[in-house]
Amino acid sequence: MTRKQRRLVLVGAGVGVLAIAVALMLNAFRDSIVFFNSPTDVAAKQVPPGTRIRLGGLVKDGSVTRGSNLSVRFEVTDGKSEIPVSYQGVLPDLFREGQGVVAEGALDAGGTFNADTILAKHDETYMPKEVADALKKSGHWKDDYAQRAAMPVGGANK
Amino acid sequence: MIPELGHYALMLALGLALIQGIMPIVGTRTNDPVLMSMAAPSALAQFFFVAIAFTSLAICYVTSDFSVLNVFENSNSHMPFIYRLTSLWGNHEGSMLLWVSILAFFGALVAVFGTNLPVVLKANALAVQAWIAAAFHLFILTTSNPFVRIPQAPFEGRDLNPILQDPGLAFHPPMLYLGYVGFSIAFSFAIAALLEGRIDAAWARWVRPWVLGAWMCLTLGIAGGSYWAYYELGWGGFWFWDPVENASLMPWLAGTALLHSAVVMEKRGALKVWTILLAILTFSLSLIGTFLVRSGVLTSVHAFATDPTRGIFILAILVVFIGGALALFGWRAPLLKQGGLFAPISREGALVFNNLFLTTACATVFVGTLYPLALEALTGEKISVGAPFFNSTFGPLFIPLLLVMPFGPLMGWKRGDLLGAAQRLMAAALLGALATAAAFAIEQGGPVLAPFGAGIAVFVMAGAVTDIAERTLFMRVPFRASLQRAIGLPRSAWGTAFAHFGIGATLLGIVAVTAWGSERIAEVKIGDNLDIAHYRLTLDGLFNREGPNYRDMVGRFTVRRMNGEYIGVMEPSRRSFPNRNMTTTEAALMTRGVSQLYLSLGDPGPDERVAVRLYFKPHVLLIWLGAAIMFAGGALSLSDRRLRVGAPRPAKARAVLQPAE
Repeated sequence: MTRKQRRLVLVGAGVGVLAIAVALMLNAFRDSIVFFNSPTDVAAKQVPPGTRIRLGGLVKDGSVTRGSNLSVRFEVTDGKSEIPVSYQGVLPDLFREGQGVVAEGALDAGGTFNADTILAKHDETYMPKEVADALKKSGHWKDDYAQRAAMPVGGANK
Repeated sequence: MIPELGHYALMLALGLALIQGIMPIVGTRTNDPVLMSMAAPSALAQFFFVAIAFTSLAICYVTSDFSVLNVFENSNSHMPFIYRLTSLWGNHEGSMLLWVSILAFFGALVAVFGTNLPVVLKANALAVQAWIAAAFHLFILTTSNPFVRIPQAPFEGRDLNPILQDPGLAFHPPMLYLGYVGFSIAFSFAIAALLEGRIDAAWARWVRPWVLGAWMCLTLGIAGGSYWAYYELGWGGFWFWDPVENASLMPWLAGTALLHSAVVMEKRGALKVWTILLAILTFSLSLIGTFLVRSGVLTSVHAFATDPTRGIFILAILVVFIGGALALFGWRAPLLKQGGLFAPISREGALVFNNLFLTTACATVFVGTLYPLALEALTGEKISVGAPFFNSTFGPLFIPLLLVMPFGPLMGWKRGDLLGAAQRLMAAALLGALATAAAFAIEQGGPVLAPFGAGIAVFVMAGAVTDIAERTLFMRVPFRASLQRAIGLPRSAWGTAFAHFGIGATLLGIVAVTAWGSERIAEVKIGDNLDIAHYRLTLDGLFNREGPNYRDMVGRFTVRRMNGEYIGVMEPSRRSFPNRNMTTTEAALMTRGVSQLYLSLGDPGPDERVAVRLYFKPHVLLIWLGAAIMFAGGALSLSDRRLRVGAPRPAKARAVLQPAE
């Protein structure tokens, strides 16, 4: 083979592998992307039951009820609309009423969101970015979500 | 006083970096040896002052000087010594200081150990290194100064994020940074070669040890982070395809490709331009990793900074360095002469195959990680790209790579014998097939493809052993002679075998744990039993235990075999930190061979019940043992004679250099 032919083989192989990769990615993008929605989005977009989405907002105060066998129900709110969520399993350490939460799963026909994953948060000031944006959009955002405990206050010897 | 000293030292370091970045370049342009020789001493001086800055901050942390804002926000005098020290880099400002400290450290190493480098190359490389350093010094001084004081010093600090209060913090970030920043040397050398407009095989020989060292640290850093997430987050996952993890995986993939293409360049003088490009890309991905993790674009435990000016500053650094480097590459790369012919079926061919698939796999990770950000910026639509995406793109691209891997070392340079290599790999392939069959027979359930995954893993490991067996003529000459040959083998051959074996081991662990692991989630009360795999756990009691700055709610479980034989006790706990009003899950792990039982506590429920997650993780330790074996392979290769004493002397090297065209 001449130098030119060899280079051609090399370039051909490179283009081939890239084409395969692009095909794989396009295919994966079609199947495995999950959209983020706030409760208001869910109502506005009329997300069909069975579509996997991420639902984010605040856990509504007083809405958490625990059933038997680790099942739990609560409502996710963005201040405008609420969506009931059911989940079975162990909740993340920082799951609390009034705090931000992101749940992944799908709506059932009755309008309840069946979550199979509740995303963990990392510290007490942490607010999932999607949730923060959604709250800002619905006008439910309070500045102290971000700033709570971010600055030293006086002696701060708590 | 000490914080001011550190602050001042950092400013001096910036000044020295500017000198180091300008003078040697002027020297190489005007052919002034005095200016060029300023590079090494200024690199050493810069490191000296950065080290002072770092030590100053470390002293503030260890002595709990809460008049320093950074210490106040991230430390607490009740924490054990080790966490008081490691919380230095458990926050944005401190971690950036660690980043530049390592950068300056590497610059100093090049200055000290690069005595046999051509003067021009060394001057240019150190200058480029200094530009990077100057950019980050400026970044720290203007946007992320860790030495800021509080006018009235508080009595007590706010404490470190409890998730970070772990020995993992002592290990994971420094190792990761050693890897990221280590690649800056390959980058600097690549830019230096482009500035000079010439490059030869010796370039690869000088750069390879640095790449190897960085790659080793990154391997351990990623594996360490993965193990930390595994035991700390309480749900037993070892890899989440989280953007932050991807940010460290991308430089690893590109760095692995660079490691292999540099071999071709060193031995055969081929792939020069490609190697230069890879060196640029690898460090660019490290910078992008730093940007993704630190800018607050992504929210996670790693994102300390949410101040937009910092994000913009890092973005500017990215644009200048990556854009500049690629522009320089486009302009100067055509000057570099091609060399080294080889047939597609050859050792070079196999290494090109490796490069092709590694970089493509890296590209899919890149797209999957950045696409959501791009989409949100353009359309405002928020999406998440998770494990399914990566499993169905990264996975299929990695399989051919693994299948071809054992062939590479068995092929000759220039022209290889595919049939011969296949014959020699017959035993390895048989073992792989056997493993597949055994997996089908023993393991019920799990994905259909999993036994094939196990088969590939065994094939890769057996292939690595085959390579050594072939080189030592094992079973063909008397054992003693084989042993002699084994001792006489170049360490780099052992390094290759170890690293490839490690990949196989990691893969086996991943396949086993994802396909055949089992999980129980339940609510238990005292006296209840939980069965998993062939173990039975009994909850004996719940009690509280006080720690230095936390309180544990501990569950004590007895572990027995199904036949009642006592094995041991597991004590998972929920740890609450009053200073942060936060609770973490402290899982209990019990190691059985390379498998583990994993137990973590959830919320205490009504009437003395407690939620638990119990996992059986078969062969899970192989995942990280594999990484340790890869590290060992790198270390063996690094200790190779060729890299220690074989580098050519400058005078000789000059004669080999090709003229610019």
